[in-house]
Amino acid sequence: MGNRSIVSIADYSREKIQQLLDMAAEFEKAPNRRILQGKVVATLFFEPSTRTRLSFETAANRLGARVIGFTDPKVTSSSKGETLKDTIKMVSNYADVIVMRHKLEGAALYASEVTNVPIINAGDGSNLHPSQTMLDLYSIYKTQGTLENLNIYMVGDLKYGRTVHSLLMSMRKYNPTFHFIAPKELEMPEEYKMYCKLNKINYVEQTDFTEDTIADADILYMTRVQRERFTDLMEYERVKDAYILKADMLGKCRKNMKILHPLPRVNEIEYDVDESEHAYYFEQARNGLYARQALICDVLGITPEQIKTDLTIIEA
Amino acid sequence: MEDKKGRMVAALENGTVIDHIPTQKLFTVVQLLQLDKCKDSVTIGNNYSSKKLGHKGLIKVADRFFSDDEISRLAVVCPNIRLCIIRDYEVVEKKEVCLPDQLTNVVRCANPVCITNNEPMKTVFYVVDKERGIMKCRYCGKEQCIDNIKLV
Repeated sequence: MGNRSIVSIADYSREKIQQLLDMAAEFEKAPNRRILQGKVVATLFFEPSTRTRLSFETAANRLGARVIGFTDPKVTSSSKGETLKDTIKMVSNYADVIVMRHKLEGAALYASEVTNVPIINAGDGSNLHPSQTMLDLYSIYKTQGTLENLNIYMVGDLKYGRTVHSLLMSMRKYNPTFHFIAPKELEMPEEYKMYCKLNKINYVEQTDFTEDTIADADILYMTRVQRERFTDLMEYERVKDAYILKADMLGKCRKNMKILHPLPRVNEIEYDVDESEHAYYFEQARNGLYARQALICDVLGITPEQIKTDLTIIEA
Repeated sequence: MEDKKGRMVAALENGTVIDHIPTQKLFTVVQLLQLDKCKDSVTIGNNYSSKKLGHKGLIKVADRFFSDDEISRLAVVCPNIRLCIIRDYEVVEKKEVCLPDQLTNVVRCANPVCITNNEPMKTVFYVVDKERGIMKCRYCGKEQCIDNIKLV
C-alpha cells in the first residue's frame, strides 16, 4: 500500500534530504509546538531500545501529539503468537503514525505494506535504522556547514555496525572520502566496498588508529568493538585497546573535526575526550530529537513551509 | 512411421512436454508444478540418454499448458530446460525457460532473521544478476545464488 512511510533513506534524493535537514533546523530553533495536536503517535517496540524510544516519544510529545505504545513485546499479544500483520492492523485503527522497532530484518517494510498508516522504521534487526542516519547527517551538516566533500573516518566495528553502513550509503551523493579504521576481523564488508566502487566513492582502509592517521578527518565516527563479535577471543584481547580514542590523540586534528558516536559507549572513547571541543556525541544524541521531529512531520505530510510559518510555537 | 525403439514414451495429442531436465532436478520440477496433484495423465521419465546432458529427465502432461508464471518458477530450479507445446500431435511452440525479474513466493530467504521466515507472508525476490543467478530479498536485502536456494 502506497503511503509516506520511512523504511529507508538510503535512496532519498539530495532535495529530500535537504528538506528534512531544513525541517530539523527549524525544530532546533523552536522544538516546542502544537503542530501535531490531535494526532496520536504509536511507538511499538517489539525489541527494547530505551534510547530510540525516548527520543521518538519526546519528539512527538514536544510537538503536541499523544503517544501510545509498548516498550517490551512480552506484554503484548505478539508473545501469544499474534502476527506482526495483525498487531499493525490493530494499532492502525488507533494511531496516525506508527514508529516501530523490531528484531527481524524487513519487518518495517512489511508493516508498511499491510497498512495505510505511515510507518517510521526505528530499526529492524541489523538491517536499517533511518532515524539514526538522519540524525548523523544532521549532526554532520550542522557542524561542518555542508555534507559535500568531507573526510569521514569510521572507526571500530565496521563489520556489524549498522549505523556506519547506513551512513556510508546515504553520503553517496555528497562526494565523501571514507577512511575505514578497523581490526581485520571487523573490517568493512566486501559488499559495502563494492558499493563504494560502483558509486565512485573514495575510500582508504587502515588498521592503525593514531594521532597521525586521524589528522585529516572532518568527522571521526566511533563505534563500539564488542567482545561477542569475535570468534577468536585472543584476537579480541589483542585489538580491544587499539581502537580507543584518547584525548592526547587529538593534537594534530583539524579544527572543525567532530567526534560522533551512536552511543552507548563503553570504553572506546575515554572520558577525558568529553572535555574536548571536538567531542560531539551528546549533542549528536540531542540532534536525534530534531531529526525525529522532522521525520514524524514528514510522514504526516507536513511541509517545510508549514513548519516555517507554524503559528503553534510555544515560546519558552 | 517412426522407429518404435526410438519412441520410449507415448506421443501426446495435446499438452506439454518438458524436456532436458537434469536428472537430479526431475522430482523438484514435479513438486514445483504440483504434478502429484494433477488429474490429467502425466508421464514422468528419468535417465534417458541425452546428447546435451548425457542423461535427462522428461515430463509429458496431457491437456495442460503452463502459465508464464509457472514457467518462471521452473527457471529457478533449472534455467536451461525447454517446454514443447503440443497440439494435435505436432509441436506448435517451443518455450525456453528464462529467469524473470521478480519472483513472488517461489524462493525461501536464507536469512533466518528475515521477516519472511517468521510471518505467514509471501516472499519476493528481485533477480539482480541473471547470468550468475543472483537474487535479492525485497525485505531483508540479503542476496543469494540460484545454486543453493530453497523453494517455498
